Amino acid sequence: MSAFAEPRRLWSNALADRLFGGLARGAALLTLASLAGIILSLIIGAWPAIREFGPGFLVHNAWDPVREDFGGLVMIYGTLMTSAIALLIATPVSFGIALFLTELAPAWLKRPLGTAIELLAAVPSIVYGMWGLMVFGPVLARYVQQPLQALLGGAPMLGALVSGPPVGIGILSAGIILSIMIIPFIASVMRDVFAVTPPLLKESAYGLGATTWEVVWRVVLPYTKTGVLGGIMLGLGRALGETMAVTFVIGNMNQLGSLSLFEAANSITSALANEFAEAAPGLHQAALIYLGLVLFLITFTVLVCSRLLLLRLQRNEGKRA
Amino acid sequence: MTQSNLSPKPDAPDEPDISSLPVKLSVQDLNFYYGKFLALKNIGIDIPANRVTAFIGPSGCGKSTLLRTFNRMFELYPEQRAEGRILLDGEDLLASRGDVALIRARVGMVFQKPTPFPMSIFDNIAFGVKLFESLSRIDMEERVEWALKKAALWDEVKDKLPQSGASLSGGQQQRLCIARCIAIRPEILLLDEPCSALDPISTARIEELIAEFKTDYTVIIVTHNMQQAARVSDYTAYMYLGDLIEFGETEQMFFKPRRRETEDYITGRFG
Repeated sequence: MSAFAEPRRLWSNALADRLFGGLARGAALLTLASLAGIILSLIIGAWPAIREFGPGFLVHNAWDPVREDFGGLVMIYGTLMTSAIALLIATPVSFGIALFLTELAPAWLKRPLGTAIELLAAVPSIVYGMWGLMVFGPVLARYVQQPLQALLGGAPMLGALVSGPPVGIGILSAGIILSIMIIPFIASVMRDVFAVTPPLLKESAYGLGATTWEVVWRVVLPYTKTGVLGGIMLGLGRALGETMAVTFVIGNMNQLGSLSLFEAANSITSALANEFAEAAPGLHQAALIYLGLVLFLITFTVLVCSRLLLLRLQRNEGKRA
Repeated sequence: MTQSNLSPKPDAPDEPDISSLPVKLSVQDLNFYYGKFLALKNIGIDIPANRVTAFIGPSGCGKSTLLRTFNRMFELYPEQRAEGRILLDGEDLLASRGDVALIRARVGMVFQKPTPFPMSIFDNIAFGVKLFESLSRIDMEERVEWALKKAALWDEVKDKLPQSGASLSGGQQQRLCIARCIAIRPEILLLDEPCSALDPISTARIEELIAEFKTDYTVIIVTHNMQQAARVSDYTAYMYLGDLIEFGETEQMFFKPRRRETEDYITGRFG
């Protein structure tokens, strides 16, 4: 007979293991289930509008609750445009912040500056909205729009972009406010992924005689592209879905007659926030839910596109064996 | 004989005395600080041109630190500081106010682990060249081929230059890093434990390369592997706790060390 007992698993351990495995699986499935549930309830809620307007809703420029004629073009344009402006501003600024914080800033400045930027994310969005409406908008109208109008007023295409009364609300104000709101997200993700780049990799590039800029642009950025793109997508997702701040500064006017960046417009989230409480059950409400569904699809498309972009970047880098 | 496990090249021609050789890199009164900690104490050494010089010593003795002063790599870290003189062909590179990139172009470095850049094999080599020269496409292709041949990697990668550098094996990646380094035609090659992450066969290939390189470059290698130092180097320096204990011809260092501390380390009595 062997001197040692056969190894046997303790009953309580086996149970705990199964329990833990089950909980983890349950959490993952719950996410999927709630995602499916949201899509489903959006489709059901929007069904009357989907049946009435079909996919033409996306490009139809009308929003008339009285005659029950609805189209999402204005809001979709507003959402895409404000988010595009926000990304256009926030991405390079965040890159600069992350570059400064990881490569250039003296040690004593890194922590306070990093914290300050993260604090920007803690400002409630309604505060951004009020600040945008009362402080930033007027400044923008006075010192940006008016000079631009004076400069470009006569120009054929550009003149239209800056036309309109100088009140400081509209697409551009909303885009800029959004960019300030998403900078902390993009910048802190970028900083974190830059910081985990292996020092040896950076040293090898410095060792060849590269400058800080060349090291970051040619080596660190390609090395961290997944994380950087993830950060940008996080910011974009936030910009697409942000409601309160945009409602304050975008002007909430369902018009597309003027493409001016300074003209009041509307976005999906803003329209939902403003109209949902008053919308009568029926086609109006269904149209608003349809807008929500469209927003969902936009976010989803953006995510898919970012995946494809990433695949393409990887292919450019050279195939892996 | 206690050193029988070490085999300094038996057929090596007798190396001339160090003092009679032209000096490539002359270190004088070098002190190095990590913050307040003194990591290198008054180092003085003349490294001969077109020879392989090895630095050996137990971990933390300062050999890698010393290597990182030769291309001013330590300057990336604000708390690190070097005092003294390091003369490259008579010109003090620590005092130089010029562009540090130009020093690093003359003093190339290969690291403990392979560090291919996240780009194709071709671009890995072209990256460094483009920093200093604007070559036509054909000249660049020629340069890349030349560098890869020098690093004995060409035959293995010539058909997959557009592939990612990360797709190569560890040993190939390290030769890629060596090729990348010599592509910008440095005068000195600093090798910081270049084989520590490699298998014995890859290590042997790199050691062969080192022997070939000394016709064109001054090679300085830091290694924690004494056999490796014995195999590849012409001169060896032994360091301990930030001091340079002994420097001399490799054969003499391993068979007849002048200092007791060197003998203790080499014979494995400590370290």
